Amino acid sequence: MAEISRDDVANLARLARIDMAPAELDHLASELGVILNAVARVQEVAGQNVPPTSHPLPLQNVYRKDEVTPSLTPEAALSAAPASEEQRFKVPKILGEEA
Amino acid sequence: MIIKRNAADMAAALASGETTSVALTQAHLDRIAEVDKEVHAFLHVDSEGALAQAALADKKRAAGEKLSPLAGIPLALKDVMVQKGIPTTCGSKMLEGWRPPYDSTVVSKLRAADVVILGKTNMDEFAMGSSTENSAYGPTHNPWDLSRIPGGSGGGSSASLAAFEAPLAIGTDTGGSIRQPAAVTGTVGVKPTYGGVSRYGLVAFSSSLDQAGPCARTVLDAALLHEVIAGHDPKDSTSINAPVPAIVAAAKNGNVKGLKIGVIKELQGEGYQAGVLNRFNESLELLAGLGAEIVEVSCPYFEYALAAYYLIAPSECSSNLARFDAMRYGIRVGDASGVSAEEVMNLTREVGFGREVKRRIILGTYALSSGYYDAYYGSAQKVRTLIKQDFDNAFLKADVLVSPTAPTTAFKIGEKADDPIAMYLNDIATIPVNMAGICGMSLPSGLAEEDNLPTGFQIMAPAMKDDRLYNVGAALEAALLSKWGAPILSHVSGLGARA
Repeated sequence: MAEISRDDVANLARLARIDMAPAELDHLASELGVILNAVARVQEVAGQNVPPTSHPLPLQNVYRKDEVTPSLTPEAALSAAPASEEQRFKVPKILGEEA
Repeated sequence: MIIKRNAADMAAALASGETTSVALTQAHLDRIAEVDKEVHAFLHVDSEGALAQAALADKKRAAGEKLSPLAGIPLALKDVMVQKGIPTTCGSKMLEGWRPPYDSTVVSKLRAADVVILGKTNMDEFAMGSSTENSAYGPTHNPWDLSRIPGGSGGGSSASLAAFEAPLAIGTDTGGSIRQPAAVTGTVGVKPTYGGVSRYGLVAFSSSLDQAGPCARTVLDAALLHEVIAGHDPKDSTSINAPVPAIVAAAKNGNVKGLKIGVIKELQGEGYQAGVLNRFNESLELLAGLGAEIVEVSCPYFEYALAAYYLIAPSECSSNLARFDAMRYGIRVGDASGVSAEEVMNLTREVGFGREVKRRIILGTYALSSGYYDAYYGSAQKVRTLIKQDFDNAFLKADVLVSPTAPTTAFKIGEKADDPIAMYLNDIATIPVNMAGICGMSLPSGLAEEDNLPTGFQIMAPAMKDDRLYNVGAALEAALLSKWGAPILSHVSGLGARA
């Protein structure tokens, strides 16, 4: 039986970059345990001799010719940005301290 | 009333000059204005754009241009498919106000065929759900009974058809999101072969399972739309580079004489509503009466399909939805001096995603995390192989496979909202098709005696044999028409009857 603690969910939320409220963590901890116990059934038949399938089509890498084709203008690409400046996406600070 | 006709009949009316696309489009916009407050099938209605597209189609027709069979016919587009300049939310707060700077390939093909796009339809957030209750913008109501769900995730598309707000719609199907909504609204929905319709511009949920497809009120209408949107696309590396099967010809043929139809033993019995099974068995008798040979097949690993799906889809979604990082598009929350990009990301994702999406992201993050990967995601991938093998073996014995589409008719809004496992069980019969990448159709098989609500009949065919769905579907549809005296949807009570 999979046991998921509140701390486990908090760690998963941190990995998934979601600032989850404490009440949500509690709720998810109990739900996740139930769901994991239900889906863990896959282990019953997943023997070592069964190859995994990651994709329905037996595709190899698909390449296109290395040629310039029409694409979005910088204006169009930036049109939905929360913030932009000088034809670039403007993001909050990414370093711990001001440079 | 013209809005109650099939798309093929509307197309004939346009060709004969009986009406114009502008008039037809206006009639649908009027219908939307009249009933959508109650149905809530649409998140955005583009009246101006639709009328402009309609006027263009009329102009081309007047000039004698060669037009596609669906030129000038209105359509409802699921809000997971991007359309340039038109709000696209995927039913999520995360994308509130977003206007995509480009067209999806499906939209480009619809434009090229002069199909008129009325607007964007409601859906479970990022296509995760079976009831459309997970939309951040409120649920869609089933036109058969407004207190019930229209299926999901594409409940807006299915409801728009059943409410006569649109004769055609686009859906997407990751685990049943076209077929299950079709089943519970008395409409037709097809999940094409994986790779049959381009995913370029389809906002990704689970990339190895997602597939866009046609929704309509008849098998022929679905085929006409399928033909418009199908085909190879260099912009989607998983798009199949092969000719599209002759689906329209198959839908016009509808001959099952000598065909072997396999009934999947594991997709009936316990958990299925009696009325659903009764209509299913009647349909089998009709098909046998038309000369089909009914055989029973066994797919023993299907009982693990739901479990494998709820590991694979959340795993892929946890990766796909990482793109919603508040940096390039979508909402941004908590951006202030001194707040780091990572904190903004955390705050935005907390506010932007709803409960079910977070549940699946966390589940997927767990299934992919170091130490659990082999036991969960790895095991699910192996089950996927076993399901594919089950299908391969079954198709040695039958040309198509069949089952009920959904285990029950439409349930009440709110009934399963707090029980994820019960909700997931809606897709028990539709998920195996996505896992194997093959194609499937749901068409109405009648009304369940318990509640007078529509039931769905599912047909499954091997990859790139989509024409078989339409052949069998058309034959059964015609036989059911004789049996019921009129299309199932004409028995609609409630709001749908007010057209």
